[in-house]
Amino acid sequence: MINWSPEQPIVSIHNVHKSFGPLEVLKGVSMDIMKGEVICIIGPSGSGKSTLIRCINALNDIQGGSITLEGQEVHDEKLDKLELRKKVGMVFQQYNLFPHKTVLENVMMAPIKVLKESKVEAQKRALELIKKVRLDGKENSYPGELSGGQQQRVAIARSLAMRPDVMLFDEVTAALDPETVKEVLITIQDLAAEGMTCILVTHEMAFAREVADHIYFTDRGVIVEHGSPKEFFDNASDPRTKEFLSQVL
Amino acid sequence: MAIKYIPVTTQYKQDRLAVLKPFSPKGAAYDEMYFVRWLGGLKLKYVALAALLWPAIAFAQSGGYGMGDAFEALLRWIPFLTFQGFLYNVLISIFAMTIGTVAGMALGLGQLSNISAVRRFAYFTTQIFRNSPWLVILFVILLAFPFEVTVFDITIPIPAWMKAVVGLSLPVMANISEIVRGAVRSVPSTQWEAAESLSFNRTQTMWQIILPQCFKRMIPPWMNWYAILTMATPLCSLLGVGEIITHSRQAMAAENNYPELLVPFYGYALVVFFVYCYPIARLTIALEKRFAFK
Ligand SMILES: Nc1ncnc2c1ncn2[C@@H]1O[C@H](COP(=O)(O)OP(=O)(O)O)[C@@H](O)[C@H]1O
Ligand SMILES: [Mg+2]
Repeated sequence: MINWSPEQPIVSIHNVHKSFGPLEVLKGVSMDIMKGEVICIIGPSGSGKSTLIRCINALNDIQGGSITLEGQEVHDEKLDKLELRKKVGMVFQQYNLFPHKTVLENVMMAPIKVLKESKVEAQKRALELIKKVRLDGKENSYPGELSGGQQQRVAIARSLAMRPDVMLFDEVTAALDPETVKEVLITIQDLAAEGMTCILVTHEMAFAREVADHIYFTDRGVIVEHGSPKEFFDNASDPRTKEFLSQVL
Repeated sequence: MAIKYIPVTTQYKQDRLAVLKPFSPKGAAYDEMYFVRWLGGLKLKYVALAALLWPAIAFAQSGGYGMGDAFEALLRWIPFLTFQGFLYNVLISIFAMTIGTVAGMALGLGQLSNISAVRRFAYFTTQIFRNSPWLVILFVILLAFPFEVTVFDITIPIPAWMKAVVGLSLPVMANISEIVRGAVRSVPSTQWEAAESLSFNRTQTMWQIILPQCFKRMIPPWMNWYAILTMATPLCSLLGVGEIITHSRQAMAAENNYPELLVPFYGYALVVFFVYCYPIARLTIALEKRFAFK
């Protein structure tokens, strides 16, 4: 049986290797994430950040190493991936809302169909979550009628409706207008403050500095450097990190 | 003078660069919906003009058994041709479309199955019936099925029209299968990922998330195939099924097979098919435009 207690890492990534055909994208990545921590993964485009977090909820398979979630090996062949994904919420850069469903339906759908919650219960919670992401009044709008920032907050509410233990965010503000970036970041910050374990890929340096407990810098499939925000931003030692920071700061 | 010279150079350059552009096929041969687009694109005023001029020209002739007599014969036969004939074309098309749609949906989903044996079977079946001549399929069905079946001493005859329905539904099925596959493929893969990350299983994702999104997209090509199917129903006359062409031939025989009868009788069939299919084609094009931006 699985022995996992909250003092142990909730997500533990150990020496993960991932290739797409001949292209090796992750070359031995390791990180431990404790419950309630906020982790930011930073790095140049193409360095494997998306691939890494997609391995955590088994949207990608891996060729070597191990990833455990609450002590359970994620890439165990016998593991029911659908059960695993109930514990891991994911928010994408392009929101990926269901365009034929209203905001309320988007949020209610998975709890009803997947968790088999009653409609009344699911709706009650969906309305709470929509309020939490500050979109009350938009329950009956369709995604196409909302701004990018609003859609992204619906996507966050939709993920939260599954009551996940860990949330993955893949450059969720990268496709947004500058004015709406802030409202999404505030939503994530609220979540972090409530103790949700968050793993974020982001280019929002100021946000990472303020909210992250730990920052990882990846380049070409390896973690070049990691540390607290203070260590990372003020005392980066690796030349690749320094160069990257000089470009983005 | 200089001004005139410049466009010539530009033209020359454009022509040369056009070679570098990606090849994007255009025209009827590359258009899945060419049929309704052509039919729906016909200007009604010209069709009406043609329809009016043609009997007028015919009546102008005289002597012996003339066109006038032939049109009189047609007028007498019109109720029979329409209600004993064309009505059956419509019924056959509706039955064949219903069977073809249900079977085609199943086959199309089979083509998207993650079980490779199912996928291969569905692909193979689709290709066979999509690429075989309809008349050949009709004859195979006619000859492969018995004329009657005996169950517990009761002999049930299988009428030819039932076989015709089955025979016509097969190519329709194959084309609906392709419509379903194409429509499902047109939904971005990110929708599958979003559903997957919310723990939806494959069946739930397909029925709750993917199919509802592409349902509208399937309607215009589905109607296109209905129009094509309706136009193909006269093939059934070759199986001896009572429909408009079979009955036109019988009526002409009863009128002593004067050659003058051919144009009015077959012309009438053409007009009836046009009157039935033209609104369908117009509606299809209108729906296609409406759904295009959704
Ligand atoms: N499904 C895939 N098939 C093949 N190559 C992929 C696939 N997904 C990502 N890659 C490649 O993996 C590398 C890392 O991609 P990604 O993880 O998206 O980087 P990042 O998110 O850091 O920009 C890139 O070179 C990309 O082209
Ligand atoms: Mg990425």
